Amino acid sequence: MKELLNKKEIERIISRIAHEIIEKNRGTGNLCLIGIQRGGVHLAKRLFTRIKIVENADVPVGSLDITLYRDDVGIRKEQLIVRKTDVPCDITDKNIILVDDVLFTGRSIRAAMDALMDLGRPAQIQLTVLIDREHRELPIMADYIGKNIPTSRSEDIEVQLEEEGFEDKVLLIAKQ
Amino acid sequence: MRKDLVGIKDLSRKEIELILGTSSSFKDVLKRDIKKVPALRGKTAVNLFFEPSTRTRASFELAEKRLSTDVLNLSMPTSSVVKGEVLLDTAKTIDSYGIDFVVIRHSSSGAPHFIARNVSASVINAGDGINEHPTQALLDAFSIVERKGRLDGLKIAIVGDILHSRVAKSNIYLLSKFDVAIRLIGPPTMIADMADYNVDLFYDMDRGLEDVDIVMMLRIQIERQGKGIFPSIQEYAKKWGLNMQRLGLAKRDAIVMHPGPMNRGVEISSDVVDSGQSIIFDQVTNGLAVRMTVMYLLGGSQK
Repeated sequence: MKELLNKKEIERIISRIAHEIIEKNRGTGNLCLIGIQRGGVHLAKRLFTRIKIVENADVPVGSLDITLYRDDVGIRKEQLIVRKTDVPCDITDKNIILVDDVLFTGRSIRAAMDALMDLGRPAQIQLTVLIDREHRELPIMADYIGKNIPTSRSEDIEVQLEEEGFEDKVLLIAKQ
Repeated sequence: MRKDLVGIKDLSRKEIELILGTSSSFKDVLKRDIKKVPALRGKTAVNLFFEPSTRTRASFELAEKRLSTDVLNLSMPTSSVVKGEVLLDTAKTIDSYGIDFVVIRHSSSGAPHFIARNVSASVINAGDGINEHPTQALLDAFSIVERKGRLDGLKIAIVGDILHSRVAKSNIYLLSKFDVAIRLIGPPTMIADMADYNVDLFYDMDRGLEDVDIVMMLRIQIERQGKGIFPSIQEYAKKWGLNMQRLGLAKRDAIVMHPGPMNRGVEISSDVVDSGQSIIFDQVTNGLAVRMTVMYLLGGSQK
């Protein structure tokens, strides 16, 4: 087990990405932050807070559950919990900042895009991830990346956040 | 999750809580502009109805369609049964089609259990004889939790023909797994002997309704009139029909439920149906969400 990011580093990353989002979108006017359940939801809220400090603007922030859009129905081993989708605004014509904790195969992001399209027709979807661990199985890339970490498939990335009762950190764990 | 949902009796409290919790996410889906999710895309469901049904069949069909399942409706009284096919062959035929879900209603208690043992598809009981109607009990429980926030600690009265009602049976099995005070109200000819369950029996409706949180009405089968079970519709309505005055005996914030179809003016008066205390039409919406949940949970992961 190896610590990849600590509390302070995560805080800096959130701050940097908040600035990048504001810069790339020339402000916050048409933005909507949407976190993928569960880790992404907490990170989206942190970005909201950071953007508010920098720009003094309230960007709408919501959560997206992608369970019903996954492509492994009938073949996955565990029973998945269907969590809440709570998007506070009409996403049509908005610039959506989709937030997830770890970008891996890209399949969750494909599911998330399908889920979003059922809620409306965004002008644009941009992707933010805390960790990009490579091994993509679909042609998907992130617009804002906290940290690139080349991993092997026999390793796991664990993002532990205060909102879930942990101390903020990101761990690299060897699978049994 | 298990392969089939044939009854409430053998479900654990934990499984019931998972179904109720997941149902609220599915209810959110039903509020969207696009009410369809790809959760069970490529799967096929057969609705196998050996007994006429409009509402339950419609509810299952809509639930299946909103999960992107392909649907085949078979009304059996008009097809193979007439030709003398035995239930086992019907089951085997369905299995040969490579079906993923069988939703079955049958007038014989235990028919879904028999089918479940003989097909590889997930079997969902949509009502069997006088035995069980599990999805109705689950949607009733979900509707109660939606209004009251919980099941534990509630006083619930079930009124009507308990003996012949699979809805009542499934509800009693479900509520018994929680800390609920269950009261059964009806004429002595209609009260089932639920000796294994902790229920209180009332032949006097006014006494039975005192201080309850929930009044669950059952449909009276008018065709049973004159068969020695109850004397006349008028007398039944007078003694065991729910009207506003009687509802006043229950708690002030009591809610009224009915599985439908209702006989307005018999077991329930029109003003009760249309009152603010009635959640009868919410039950219909919730039925969709709960049936989507059950199919999703049975079919979503490896068996």
